[in-house]
Amino acid sequence: MNNNYYNSEDLKKFGNVGEFQKNLADKFFDYYGEVFKDSELTAREKSLIALAVAHAVQCPYCIDAYSSDAYEKGWSEAQMMEAVHVACAIRGGASLVHGVQMMNKVKEIAM
Amino acid sequence: MTENTAIKHEKTGKISLHGRGYDLSDAHKQLEILEHIQSGNLVPEPFYQKLEDTRLYPLKPKEIEIFQLNIGKMCNQVCKHCHVDAGPDRKEIMTRETMQQCLEILKSNVQLNVVDITGGAPEMNPNFRWFVEEIKKSGRHVIVRCNLTIILANKKYYDLPQFYKEHNIEVVSSLPFYTQDRTDRQRGDGVFENSIKALQMLNGLGYGKENSGLVLNLVYNPAGAFLPPSQMALEKEYKDALLHHYDIHFNNLFAITNLPISRFLDYLLKSDNYEMYMEKLITAYNPVAAFNVMCRNTISVGWDGYLYDCDFNQMLELKVNCKTKHIREFNVDELNNRDIIVGQHCYGCTAGAGSSCGGAVV
Repeated sequence: MNNNYYNSEDLKKFGNVGEFQKNLADKFFDYYGEVFKDSELTAREKSLIALAVAHAVQCPYCIDAYSSDAYEKGWSEAQMMEAVHVACAIRGGASLVHGVQMMNKVKEIAM
Repeated sequence: MTENTAIKHEKTGKISLHGRGYDLSDAHKQLEILEHIQSGNLVPEPFYQKLEDTRLYPLKPKEIEIFQLNIGKMCNQVCKHCHVDAGPDRKEIMTRETMQQCLEILKSNVQLNVVDITGGAPEMNPNFRWFVEEIKKSGRHVIVRCNLTIILANKKYYDLPQFYKEHNIEVVSSLPFYTQDRTDRQRGDGVFENSIKALQMLNGLGYGKENSGLVLNLVYNPAGAFLPPSQMALEKEYKDALLHHYDIHFNNLFAITNLPISRFLDYLLKSDNYEMYMEKLITAYNPVAAFNVMCRNTISVGWDGYLYDCDFNQMLELKVNCKTKHIREFNVDELNNRDIIVGQHCYGCTAGAGSSCGGAVV
């Protein structure tokens, strides 16, 4: 076992997860392929969404894959960074909006 | 090149690898790198072996239809990805005598129905207009690969759009992206702005407009170490963006993969992207694209009259593998029966949707 939890070479081995459970892996990769096709949203738009989500879930493999993919599909550096800010704003907002819950609780118990 | 010209080009940064005396301007050095560097953890499978698996080896021509003529390495631009290593300092251009030999071949080989003229900037060859007119007399469809900025580079080129129109030339032009930033990074400062002006001039004469019969196609090349996206989707984006921002019309977009040759190879090595890029190309090998590669119906002629399987083999100085090696001894039967020379660079034409001078092949 490697000393690092993450290894960029492992990204290429993603497809190998089927070695341990082929049926579910096949279903997942079929679904994955279908999701990213041009449809109501273009493959290009989906790539930018994937980039933002990759940052939200902080997956280094996904960031690697979708930084290349989004740039290849023609998104500019500034557009890609704005997408990351969207992820950041939602994550930050998700914490902050819970402040209302905190306020509710404090108001409930405070004199 | 005189010393003064060399200094002038050096100052403007407009000088080829050849002009700088770089090792990599040597075709043998390039081949050595392509054939011998191991690609990371992936042992690069030789291209011919992939073809063997696809039952395409040795690679044989279908009938040769496209006569691609590279009439010189001279160019007004020095693009970072140029596989020709073209530039203002390059003086190798086709002579009128060699052009005359090409015309003779066209007369005796009717199956060569498309003549594709490229460079450098082919228009910088002083015999360019005469040559095009002579080819048109033989009734061939003529494509000129025009870099657009040449039209504005000097007064003597301003009427090129008119010349193209008069002779019903299909114009194929590089515009690596529909934004200034990516285009100028690849092709040089100010190239995008001048390309837009040139496209507007061509549109003004009817080029790229519906029902005009005047064909204007654009070429996309990735501005970096990555592969082109879907040609069809990209064409739609180009059309929307160019129409919306600049009122520009064109017919088709050709998405072309950069081959690891010459200045693009230099870029890959210097940016430490070579191994990753080769791995990408190899992983993306597509047997259907291999079946449709352009070298199967094209013959490429160099500025000095030598014959090659394609413009890339030309730049790697890999002359056709048969007795007939020069335009003066052109023998179509021999050429149709030759084995096409392949190497690791060929993975560039078989990756993904494939790549040719006419874009994707799948």
